[in-house]
Amino acid sequence: MLENLLISINYFPYKEKEHKKIKQGFLLLRIIILSIFSTVLFTIETKAQTTEDVIMMNKKQWCNGLTYSYNSWSSYWEGTYKRTNDNIGIVSAQSVMFMSNYGIKNNLNVMVGLPWVSTKATAGTLQGLNGLQDISLAVKWKALTKKFAKGKISLFGVGELTTPTSNYVIDFLPLSIGLGSTNISAKLIANYQQKFLNIRLAGTYAWRSNVSLDRTAYYTTQIIYSNKVNMPNVANYNLAVGIHKKYLLVDAFVNNMTTLGGFDMRKNDMPFVSNTMNSTNIGVSSKYTLPSNTHISFVGAVSQVIAGRNVGQATSFTVGCFYANSFAHKVKSQSIK
Amino acid sequence: MKKILIVTISTLIIISFPFIYSCNKNVTNRTADLPALNPSSTDMNAGTWKTMLLTRPDTFAVAAPIAVTAPNYIAELNEVKGYQKNATDEQLAKVKYWSAGGVLRWNEILRGLVAKYNLPPYQNPDGTYPIPSANNPFAYPLFPFANPPYAARAYAYVTAAQYDALVACWYYKNKYNRPAPYKTDTTITAYVTKSSLPSYPSEAAVLAGVTSEMMLLLFPGESSNIQQLAVEQEQAAITSGTATRSDITAGEALGKQIADAFIARARTDKAGSAVGTPTDWANFVTTANSRGETPWYSLETPKRPPMLPLFGNVKSLLIDSATVVSLRPGPPPSTSSDQMKKETQEVYDYVQNPSRDNIRIVQFWADGVGTYAPPGHWNAIAAEDFINLNFSEVRWANNLALLNVTLMDAAIVCWNTKYYYFNPRPCQLNPAIKTLTGVPNFPSYISGHSTFSGAAAALLSFVVPSNATKYNQMAQEASISRLMGGIHYRSDCSTGLQVGQNVGGYAIARAKIDGAH
Repeated sequence: MLENLLISINYFPYKEKEHKKIKQGFLLLRIIILSIFSTVLFTIETKAQTTEDVIMMNKKQWCNGLTYSYNSWSSYWEGTYKRTNDNIGIVSAQSVMFMSNYGIKNNLNVMVGLPWVSTKATAGTLQGLNGLQDISLAVKWKALTKKFAKGKISLFGVGELTTPTSNYVIDFLPLSIGLGSTNISAKLIANYQQKFLNIRLAGTYAWRSNVSLDRTAYYTTQIIYSNKVNMPNVANYNLAVGIHKKYLLVDAFVNNMTTLGGFDMRKNDMPFVSNTMNSTNIGVSSKYTLPSNTHISFVGAVSQVIAGRNVGQATSFTVGCFYANSFAHKVKSQSIK
Repeated sequence: MKKILIVTISTLIIISFPFIYSCNKNVTNRTADLPALNPSSTDMNAGTWKTMLLTRPDTFAVAAPIAVTAPNYIAELNEVKGYQKNATDEQLAKVKYWSAGGVLRWNEILRGLVAKYNLPPYQNPDGTYPIPSANNPFAYPLFPFANPPYAARAYAYVTAAQYDALVACWYYKNKYNRPAPYKTDTTITAYVTKSSLPSYPSEAAVLAGVTSEMMLLLFPGESSNIQQLAVEQEQAAITSGTATRSDITAGEALGKQIADAFIARARTDKAGSAVGTPTDWANFVTTANSRGETPWYSLETPKRPPMLPLFGNVKSLLIDSATVVSLRPGPPPSTSSDQMKKETQEVYDYVQNPSRDNIRIVQFWADGVGTYAPPGHWNAIAAEDFINLNFSEVRWANNLALLNVTLMDAAIVCWNTKYYYFNPRPCQLNPAIKTLTGVPNFPSYISGHSTFSGAAAALLSFVVPSNATKYNQMAQEASISRLMGGIHYRSDCSTGLQVGQNVGGYAIARAKIDGAH
């Protein structure tokens, strides 16, 4: 039963009772956080883990929620050199993100997310910025499940598009609210479940569009006479090991983001959008579904960057609340009429 | 099994999709693909134009070339043919690159060097700051720190030396009148626009020689890279059919000799001592206090000594020190005055909820750390307009030299003013002001951007009168961008713009009598 809930295998959804399906729906979004912010330290990458987890909405189930994240750092890596900077002090970013997940089919979900981000530096004169960042649209497909005697392996494919919702300034790192590129990413997730134990491995390749600056020339490792910046693509790897029980899921994870190109900040230089931003962070995420009202669930996560390059050594916290319901019953009634 | 296949195939398709498009992600320079320079005039009288530093165009002698019928010259022509015959696509691409104009290309390269070296040194463990040393350019902090005044002087010296060298070049071209190789031997292809310009000495080699030599002074850590570019330019001139070996040799030697004259001048222009001493730095504070004004202090942590405080004493290439003093404006509003409170409040209002368009303007003109600095920005503006004006190389050099000599004067007068009044920045008087660009580490009054832009717009409006409205609007925008960014008061900007225009007047007066305009 738990396996069903977690991996949401439901080959014969219409044969199951309605309440059971709704329960599966509660699990919904196990949102969180790997990377809200902490991955791209110099900017803020609001990336919910929704597309990363292995929980699927059943057909016509819908889950909506809000998360709040806070991320801050005082040390950062200038290339490989780790330092602090009294002219920025502690740089922090807060974000409030709306997320929604809908089950088109039991094995095909669509998701939408949109964060509002606000940045701040505690020292120096630079002004914090805020605004709506990038909207993300994702399709998650549970392609395959294979059962063994002791456990079960599932394979997922996720396609995601993120694009800025406004023309926010990108050339003001580390206080810009984002990097401004439109990203198309493909993710593969393999999940192994055995009783309460869950192991998940995910790999993502993100293609990033070029971005435009407000100025007409800039220096990377040479001068470029253009306002266009070539954004290197990004690879992301994630391993999560956790206990998944009926109402409580807890995962420990390690996440690595590697920019496939770009260049290092030079000594005492400002960060730049196409820097090689790499980071490895570790953390814990959890989700709790109210036993008394399984429509409602809460999420929380903590993570810490442990290694990086051209990013801040960020500590991140996220909390969130989700509400799930199902249209399946309503639709059925309508069809009877 | 079938499912695994489908998953694998579709994943591969999805993953390969970006690669297909990644080919289109290359960003190219706006000027990467320019056509060959096509001067509307060869400016054959340029040998008579007034030089910046040299007293005569023939101060440095160039020996008469051998006759075009001499066996040694025939051998040189064959060398050209050999290069053309064996030219690789890469070599032809270099020919095309340089054919757009040597003055333009060196200007672009120079702007790149300024951007590369425009980084303030990182502090020492004890909170002091190291000072770059010209004698040890490869040790950190790299020499130079190409900040705005340093950059202004570098642009001025390089372009002024290029200009004088090309005037001398044109003098000898006119005197000896050796036709281009492609004229003497019609089997030689011209990879440039054909013209009646004589080839001896080669203007490409003059530029290669003068520029690479100037770099020994200004960007000593780059001399090997620059030398390589110089060789490339000379090689391109031969391959293009415009010069033979003797044209190159004579041109490079002439260029280097003229550069040496400029280097000798630069070593005595007081820029070397512009950093000042701790005593100098303390005196500024004392003087401001004695006037009853709040003195400027560094808003960096740890506090950084002010940027090149004695740059206001640097010797100009155009005006004398008494003129510098006469160009210095009257004082800013007293730091304790109502007017200053009002202006500080205005800065505060600008940075509260700035519009995206205001941020765009601030960013467009920021020209801060890691950029080619405001003088470089005006070089970029000028160069991209000059591209369409079909100037000869010597006219390109003339106009860029005038622009940069006046930009250096703007730096001198502006820095002279800044340290004469030592006025604090808005966020020193009101720490609640948070800025949209970095706060420069020197006093507020008058705005450097405004002074540079006023001078540049004045000079460029004289050179290209049809663009005068555009240049003046750009200067206004550059000036006000500093108020929008929260780092200058309105009076810094408006006075700076006016002072810049006044400075530009001297270059215009000079242009009117230099024989080129």
